[in-house]
Amino acid sequence: MPDAPSLASSLNPATPTDAVARAELSEIDASAKWPVIVFLLSGLAWLLVGTVFALISSIKLHTPEFLGDYEWLTFGRARTAHLNSVVYGWSTNVAFAVAFWLMARLSRARLRHGGLLIVAACFWNLGVTIGVIGILAGDSTSIEWLEIPPYATPLLFVAYALVGVWAVITFRFRKSEHIYVSQWYLLAALFWFPWLYSVAQIMLIFEPARGTVQALVNWWFAHNVLGLWFTPIGLAAAYYFIPKVLGKPIHSYYLSVLGFWSLAIFYNWAGVHHLIGGPVPAWVISAGIAASLMMVIPVVVTAINHHLTMVGSFSALRYSPTLRFVVFGAMNYTLVSLIGSTMAIRGVNETTHFTHFTVAHAHQGMYAFFTMVMFGSVYYILPRLLLKEWPSATLIRTHFWATAIGITLYWVGLSIGGWIQGTEMNNGGIAFIDVVQHTIPYLFMRSVSGIVITIGHVAFAVNVVWMLCARRPAGATVPTLFHPGPVLSTPTIR
Amino acid sequence: MNRGPLIFLGIFFALAFSWTGVVLTNQIQYGSLTPFYDQGEGKTFPEQRSGLAERGRLVYQDLGCLYCHSQQVRRPGFGADTERGWGERQSVARDYVNDKRVYLGTMRTGPDLRNIGARQPSPDWHFLHLFDPQLTSPGSIMAPFGFLYEYRRIVGERSPKALKLPGDYAKRRSLDTPGYELVPTARAEALVAYLLSLKDTYEFPEAKPYVPKKSGGAK
Repeated sequence: MPDAPSLASSLNPATPTDAVARAELSEIDASAKWPVIVFLLSGLAWLLVGTVFALISSIKLHTPEFLGDYEWLTFGRARTAHLNSVVYGWSTNVAFAVAFWLMARLSRARLRHGGLLIVAACFWNLGVTIGVIGILAGDSTSIEWLEIPPYATPLLFVAYALVGVWAVITFRFRKSEHIYVSQWYLLAALFWFPWLYSVAQIMLIFEPARGTVQALVNWWFAHNVLGLWFTPIGLAAAYYFIPKVLGKPIHSYYLSVLGFWSLAIFYNWAGVHHLIGGPVPAWVISAGIAASLMMVIPVVVTAINHHLTMVGSFSALRYSPTLRFVVFGAMNYTLVSLIGSTMAIRGVNETTHFTHFTVAHAHQGMYAFFTMVMFGSVYYILPRLLLKEWPSATLIRTHFWATAIGITLYWVGLSIGGWIQGTEMNNGGIAFIDVVQHTIPYLFMRSVSGIVITIGHVAFAVNVVWMLCARRPAGATVPTLFHPGPVLSTPTIR
Repeated sequence: MNRGPLIFLGIFFALAFSWTGVVLTNQIQYGSLTPFYDQGEGKTFPEQRSGLAERGRLVYQDLGCLYCHSQQVRRPGFGADTERGWGERQSVARDYVNDKRVYLGTMRTGPDLRNIGARQPSPDWHFLHLFDPQLTSPGSIMAPFGFLYEYRRIVGERSPKALKLPGDYAKRRSLDTPGYELVPTARAEALVAYLLSLKDTYEFPEAKPYVPKKSGGAK
């Protein structure tokens, strides 16, 4: 007989320890196994592809003659191929994988007819592949974050419809009475994204709006892809894995409610801050700035909730790969969001707009926050699906330090370079070519940090492939940790 | 928060709020903005682009120029756009009503291009600059677009469009074979026509050129 959940148990997604519940969980994991693995592996492949394009475009920006004779790899195309491979290839695939697994686990419901999700994965990846090749061939729409040519987008739409419907069905079959905060974020994200995407497609490509209304639709969409798609998935994962690994409840239920609804209301207006000073109505810019500043509320609330959950358990970061990646991501979420709100203030934006400062900011959001949380999630999920442990702790360590140091170097270097670029650009007395020349050392530093990050990605890929090929050991296994023998409150640490 | 339908309603209205505010309201407010008929000039502004320039716009789009070049002039006093000569006045929404796709851009790795056609009216300059930016702007980090040009044997007379490269440069790049010439392809010509069409050198009632005050400390 299930008891009515106590307040403590309903706040805590930690695994019940009795055997029946464990059997149920392994049944759920088994049902999610193949769809999640297919999404993860295709995401991983795109991560590597995206990394190659990233390096090419980064090098081109300080050494423009590098591969300069190849039209397919000219900066404007290579950079766009990078963005679309990492956003729609890596990030969205891994988001699907993590979202499905979390949804099944938290709803305590088996994933039904997982085969259809594999079909969705094929459609999605076919769409992204055609899209990226189209961009390289010169069919880009040149609408930021929506560059995939219109002949590939219907494939993406079909795939997305299957994914969204399946997540809702899994949610409908939930056995748990309580709806955990991660599930709110997942449901919201899965519902918001197709709305954003279809409005943007219609108003920009199929039946374009006139004049700069296009720019408003563009940034309403593009910023919300971050705010209403990747951020909720990243936060859902952080809300799940931090308490899960630590084996203790999240700090405050009420803060998580406040954090969720304030994010839902404010974030979706914020995108207009990309048009400050631009030829659009001043009132909508002011509204966007106000919303960007109001974002401090959900960010601080979520930060309190995540970081206070960590207080007293920081030693676990020494052992758990999942926790180390997720906490790194959560800390960067706090930082990147507060910086983002600051950048929306007109006086600050006057300097940072149109500079590499914004590029650094975008990478801190998409990589230092979102991607790092996803890495942490994969370290937790994959062993449970494959019933094998990670073959090498050294590779995980390499992955963590290379990506963490690499992205920090990237962000710090390019932020400084971008700020200098902005102040010099706003000084009419400095020749433009000098402004350009002064950014080159920072652009070079970016390529160096890109190489460091690449080392991390290779370590990750080797570990995943090695794990897939390794033979499954008989009997119980011990999680792969950075250091052996931690004794924590639960045995679920990973 | 254990009621699924209630959560869903909240989620729905959250996005509906900004969709109405940012997208719909603006579409209603100025989505049908029209060009301005100037009685003094007897013309409508902004003017329509030529067919060649319109094809050049697609080249601009497919090469991804907007990732390094914005097309918007900020108001005097906010940034140094007018001081840099990027425009005589700030850009306004009406400037873009004829643009099939708007390339406002968010990055200035290179300079703003909204008035490049007025600032740099020479096609020859553009052809050299696109072939290799170092020819006209030493130290630039702009990508070279050599693939928009054709190095070919001269048949009959030398083409009037052939690039006049500096002698030592042509030698270094082995582009000085006698009997050969370097000519822009149709795409390069279209792109340059588009760049030359970028000039908002007219006035609207809502946007007049900026005249700096004669005295006073404010710049």
